[in-house]
Amino acid sequence: MDKAPITDHTNSAATNVVTQNDASDNWIDALKNQIGSGRITEQPDSDKLACIHWKVAANSWEIVAKEAHALNARWAAGWADHQLDHSGEVVIDQFSLFVLFVIRGRYVLVETQLENTQDDSLPEIASHSAFYPGASRCERHTSDMFGICFNKLDKSIDSRRWTRHQAWKEDEYPLRHGFPLEGHPRHRTPADGEYPFERIDGISVYEIPVGPIHAGVIEPGHFRFSAAGEDIIQLEQHLAYVHKGIEKLAVGRDPAALARLAGRVSGDSTVAHGWAACQAMESAAEIEIPERASALRGLLCERERVANHLGDIGAICNDVGFAFAHIQFGRLRELWQRRSQQLFKHRFMMDNVIPGGVVHDISEENATLLNSEISALIEHVSQLANILEDNASLMDRLVTTGYLSEQTARRFGALGYVARASGMDDDVRLHKPYPPYQDNPLNCPLLEQGDVASRLKIRVQEVVASLQFQRKLLRNLPEGPISMAFEAPVNTHGLGILEGWRGEIVTYVRFDHEGKIARFYPRDPSWFNWPCLQQIVKNNIVPDFPVCNKSVNGSYSGVDL
Amino acid sequence: MIAAIASSDILLDSVSGSDLLNPFAWLMAILQAFLFVLLSPLLSGWIHKCKAFLQNRRGAPVLQPYRDLRKLFGKEAIVAETTSIIFRIAPYIVFSSTLLAVAVIPLVATMLPTAAIADIIVLIGFLALGRFFLVLAGLDAGTAFGGMGSSRETMISSMAEPAALMAIFILAMTVHTTNLAAAIELSLQNGFVIRPSFLFALIALLMVAVAETGRIPIDNPSTHLELTMIHEAMLLEYSGRHLALMEWSASLKLMLYGVLISNIFFPWGIATELTVPAILMALLAIILKLFVLAMILALSETVLAKMRVFRAPQYLNLAFFLALLGMISHLVLEVHV
Repeated sequence: MDKAPITDHTNSAATNVVTQNDASDNWIDALKNQIGSGRITEQPDSDKLACIHWKVAANSWEIVAKEAHALNARWAAGWADHQLDHSGEVVIDQFSLFVLFVIRGRYVLVETQLENTQDDSLPEIASHSAFYPGASRCERHTSDMFGICFNKLDKSIDSRRWTRHQAWKEDEYPLRHGFPLEGHPRHRTPADGEYPFERIDGISVYEIPVGPIHAGVIEPGHFRFSAAGEDIIQLEQHLAYVHKGIEKLAVGRDPAALARLAGRVSGDSTVAHGWAACQAMESAAEIEIPERASALRGLLCERERVANHLGDIGAICNDVGFAFAHIQFGRLRELWQRRSQQLFKHRFMMDNVIPGGVVHDISEENATLLNSEISALIEHVSQLANILEDNASLMDRLVTTGYLSEQTARRFGALGYVARASGMDDDVRLHKPYPPYQDNPLNCPLLEQGDVASRLKIRVQEVVASLQFQRKLLRNLPEGPISMAFEAPVNTHGLGILEGWRGEIVTYVRFDHEGKIARFYPRDPSWFNWPCLQQIVKNNIVPDFPVCNKSVNGSYSGVDL
Repeated sequence: MIAAIASSDILLDSVSGSDLLNPFAWLMAILQAFLFVLLSPLLSGWIHKCKAFLQNRRGAPVLQPYRDLRKLFGKEAIVAETTSIIFRIAPYIVFSSTLLAVAVIPLVATMLPTAAIADIIVLIGFLALGRFFLVLAGLDAGTAFGGMGSSRETMISSMAEPAALMAIFILAMTVHTTNLAAAIELSLQNGFVIRPSFLFALIALLMVAVAETGRIPIDNPSTHLELTMIHEAMLLEYSGRHLALMEWSASLKLMLYGVLISNIFFPWGIATELTVPAILMALLAIILKLFVLAMILALSETVLAKMRVFRAPQYLNLAFFLALLGMISHLVLEVHV
């Protein structure tokens, strides 16, 4: 029912690797033609960023999104940066806006500059959310933090506050220069009761407010349901209850301290975020880390993937009252994490990735040990997965629940297992392989049903694929050092793009003239998967929300920043 | 058949005639209700233990529910400002109505004066009274979850009650009385006869019991997900002694259904006379029956996932339909005119 031209395009591309690459290469040329090459200034740092980097004028901002959308590109990330320089003769006070588009691993970074208005009015720019609904929250975040208006006059553009609750005032913009790290805290932060939720009126429509405090031990987030009886008409999320100020905290740090901070963007993705930040810094410094270091990073990241998927599989089943799977998968995950604790000194492997390499090496003995464990785990997971699939009562709950069509997934830019369960085969490891994935091709599972059962199955398949990859990696661990000295570069920027366990992570890092961090922006996959959840639960019943939510498992911390 | 009717009449006379004035019988009735209250947390603890065992866990000790109750009774009861008096009295009403309900059920002995006063329809009535106040209490605080729990509970009970009554009527038609004690004695007298109608009634009553006591696949008593809750959603605002009473009533109700099913369909071992060995034997028998029944419940809760809320009516309709089939098979096969 959802066979839009988009899907035909990519499906035909998937059949042939050669045409696929050609098509992806062509898309950038096509985009350039559509926008008009006169409007684009190519930047010389494309090699360094490992993606095409264009600058456009602010008035071309909308046409970029429009043409990229016409070419079915995905809106992968969007962020801003504030530059203030009094040292020169001319005072530079301007904002840079970045947006990243991609088709199958071919990224284009488009940048524009906005002068900071010196009076009280805010700089304005066109919004991309009309073409890319998934971009909306990123823009609202940028708007809250920098005071940049996106289509101020257009009422169809959602311009409500997002990250801003009541911790700072309406006319304060924390990520602008001059705003102090500690802010201007009031004696007591007022309650945030005035957020204008979208309302649905009608007979027998009622609202169910859920959270931000939940009955289970989970992160805070508010969910506002509009329901008629048990049927969900609309769900609206309100997050950012635990805004940690990550982006502001990063400013002025040295590279090692940034890597530590990045590891705390979202605790369950600590390796992936730490790695993405290091990748960005290393791309800025234009260094290549030793092979063994990349291999070990790959191992850590895959271990993280396996641990989280194991936990999620059990948790999805537990949400429909099937505790057996919860206990069994919980046990496997616990054993796995204890091994991480033993080998990498942390259950979540926090702070293992540092600029220039990794902290802990792995001995020959331990590699053999891990290998035998991996083989046993593959066996266990397959057995348990068979039990799950054979349980009619469980599958009755999961099949057809929480359906996400490929079309909707594409529209909102879904990532990771959410996308891959809906037939969207986006995977950075496959399409823009970085070491160690370059040398070890990965088996990347893809399902098309798009329901909770698919998101469960794809996790099982990803666990097995990841374990097989780890086994290959461990058998051919390159010799050599596990880290190298990292010297912070000055006045430059870098981009890190990799596949965390939730999906593609994009991290932007800019160094100032002293080699300290001037801007750090980590884009967690949850920025796009949370809005997908709002689509997923439509036409489901209220009591099915928890299982839909768990099947997506967005990170609160990753978007609260 | 006529003989059977005659004997049941005699029995009824004997129950209502002699036992109402027998102080030992009254003592027995009180003792029995007390035993019910005392043992019901143990049953819940045992079910938890079985489930843990089936999940390859060690699990909490069997006595854990008692500790939980002691803890809750020692805690302060916090009452929301928006609530009315209903919220505060509901736990007591729910607990006492469940207590009255269990007093009607023969646990170890059939000579119950209470059973002579109140028959099985009154028993269902007591449970309905408790539920009525539970539902009101869920609505009282004005929170979305309480309201959802109440509405779901009402939906489920409105379908469970007819099915339960229908199953019980099969029994009543066979023994020609709605008096539980008399019914049990009669089945004992008749010895072991496989009646198709009883088989249908047993399955129907088992299904209803699972729904009424909020177990998987209808409700999940151990969930923390407020949106999926039914019974627990109504208790979300409760704390301290109020919560303790509510939880205790829930385990009491679970045991009530367990005893009801065991003693109606497998009455062997129950004491028909008030002698010490007979009562000890009966106690042992009922504990054994509940022991096994709990294991069956734990097994079914382990292999089943919770169903969608809107499957619950289908499930209960099936229970009702089975009971109806039982009734028809009784009329067709078992009544000799």
